[in-house]
Amino acid sequence: MKTVDIQVHEVTRVEGHGNIVLRAKDGTVEECKLEITEAPRFFEAMLKDRSWWEASFITCRICGICSVGHTTASLKATEAAMDVEISEQTLLLRKILFYAEQLQSHILHTYFLVAPDQFKVGSVIPLASTHPDVVRRALRLKKLANELCGIIAGRHVHPQATVVGGFTRIPTMDELKMARQMLLDAEPDMKATVELFAGLTWPDFTRETEYVALSTEDEYAFYDGTLSSSDGQSVTASNYKEIIHEKIVPHSTAKHAFHNRESYMVGALARYNLNHKELRAEARNAAKKLGLKAPCHNPYMISVAQVVECVHCFYEAIDLVDQLLEKGLKPEVPNVKPKAGRGVGLAEVPRGLLVHDYTYNERGLITDANCIIPTAQNLGNIDRDIRAIAPQIIDRPKEEIRLLLEMLVRAYDPCISCSVHLLDIKFV
Amino acid sequence: MKPRLAFISFASCEGCQLMFLNLEDEILKLLDAVEVADFREAMTERSDKYDVAFVEGSITRPSDEQKLKEIRERASVLIAFGACACTGGVNRMKNLHDLSAVRSYVYGDKKDWFETSACKALDEVVKVDHYIRGCPVSKREILEVVKSLLFGRPPAIPEYPVCIECKLAENVCVFQKGMVCLGPITRAGCDPMCPSYGNRCIGCRGLIDNPNKNAALSVLEEHGLTVEDILREFTIFQAYAEEKK
Repeated sequence: MKTVDIQVHEVTRVEGHGNIVLRAKDGTVEECKLEITEAPRFFEAMLKDRSWWEASFITCRICGICSVGHTTASLKATEAAMDVEISEQTLLLRKILFYAEQLQSHILHTYFLVAPDQFKVGSVIPLASTHPDVVRRALRLKKLANELCGIIAGRHVHPQATVVGGFTRIPTMDELKMARQMLLDAEPDMKATVELFAGLTWPDFTRETEYVALSTEDEYAFYDGTLSSSDGQSVTASNYKEIIHEKIVPHSTAKHAFHNRESYMVGALARYNLNHKELRAEARNAAKKLGLKAPCHNPYMISVAQVVECVHCFYEAIDLVDQLLEKGLKPEVPNVKPKAGRGVGLAEVPRGLLVHDYTYNERGLITDANCIIPTAQNLGNIDRDIRAIAPQIIDRPKEEIRLLLEMLVRAYDPCISCSVHLLDIKFV
Repeated sequence: MKPRLAFISFASCEGCQLMFLNLEDEILKLLDAVEVADFREAMTERSDKYDVAFVEGSITRPSDEQKLKEIRERASVLIAFGACACTGGVNRMKNLHDLSAVRSYVYGDKKDWFETSACKALDEVVKVDHYIRGCPVSKREILEVVKSLLFGRPPAIPEYPVCIECKLAENVCVFQKGMVCLGPITRAGCDPMCPSYGNRCIGCRGLIDNPNKNAALSVLEEHGLTVEDILREFTIFQAYAEEKK
């Protein structure tokens, strides 16, 4: 019987700071935990007394990687609070921007953070000499996503043109045509990405859990939808607290999220399990090639679901650009009259469900704010996955255990600085 | 020998590190010229032996002050990387509230569980050699600073306000559109991205050295405004200026 003591200080290739600890004595797991050591930033407190127009520019800075996601949820919350209707043109532009961020984030995660484990190297840097075609393709796709964001909103990290009610600048028709051409030129890269990931194998581990995501009948939900659980029940945005229950547990300084069970999963695999029927045909074919079948209970397959979503977002973006090119673009001036009220904005950002919930006074200043981040919702589920897999792998060589645990945490694509936007987390 | 770079982050969104990874056209060539010794967000191999530290984020708890001092001892060049590191950035808004009240609002009766202190910029703790400003940093300035280190010359960072770049970009002045903008007193170097995309400058790069004595102030005079008037409109990146009052 084996005694193991594994401490991964600051898991690499994740966003933010976290440690994995696993201690087993005589073959029995005594302690396993994911410690989050990120510095808390107190965004909710900082939002108090800030003006309606500032909210999205402040909260997008919770996270550099999902900046567009935070912007979107924030704008939706403020628009809901102030009864602001957005035009169809704004909706289409926002969706393209949103899909471009999914692509940027998933490509970064699958190629730069996950793939090195598959090639048995520590980062993408050695791959630049051993697999230059793979690295160059990843960079081309990342650049495509960044440039699409640039055309729609100025830039990906903290976009400038996105404001309550619409945009401060509308792209030109020429820019949209350029966006279309860039997408079409990248189609071979998108196909090669599916081929690459279809050739990889993933650790064999399953643990059935509850899956939570937005859902709609007309499309694979990213921008909007009703909040739904695989255990049944779906609610509208303003009733999100009926599904997302937060509790303070003695061993954790973070509020854990739960609904029907001890924990649930959000993100690409949760979306896939709930909404796979709404995927575009191209993405459904990709899922087939990649060996992803719903329902899938293997958390390591989150990365595969991300590749499927890349394909979906890629073709969806082309369609939306085509729609805008056909309709033509017209200048619009956002019209907002600040008023008192509460608004909730939900969106499916790369790592899962994001909630922004603001209350405004009659001067349009925030009196109360709450943001619930995907990674914070996933932390309880990661913890339970670690507890479930640890006894199954405890007899393997220490380095292999360490790698499997790191890969598990990495699979969730945790965005730790996001999740610790307000809290310091430790759970044992 | 290639200089060894480290990317280290404190309280931040890690968006500035992402901007480094977003140098898609240049990154492979860049990696021929430098060695990356530590980049937790992107690589597993890590080393404490480095020459140049790109430090992102602000210092928000006592234990991080100690970590930063250790980084300062190891690195021959320490670069404050992005607004959070240069001025405290958005994190600094916390300092405008009573710290005890902030903790209670977020943590309730558990507020004493957590270590936190007033937000500081890096140069309030250690000596900083270079500043790459902005939220996020501009890719052009990352390249400029790396090149200057390789060639052993000081980096060329603008000392003039955003207004100058806005005129060169032939943007319609934000004030003429009836809005208030921090361009006249904010350090340039961003290719006036916000005004170019129809928005206002929110001052993410921090104030120029002498905001009250610069040529762009005439814009404010024309509209009957003072430096204090426009600073009041924008707290997001100006908490550090408000604190100094």
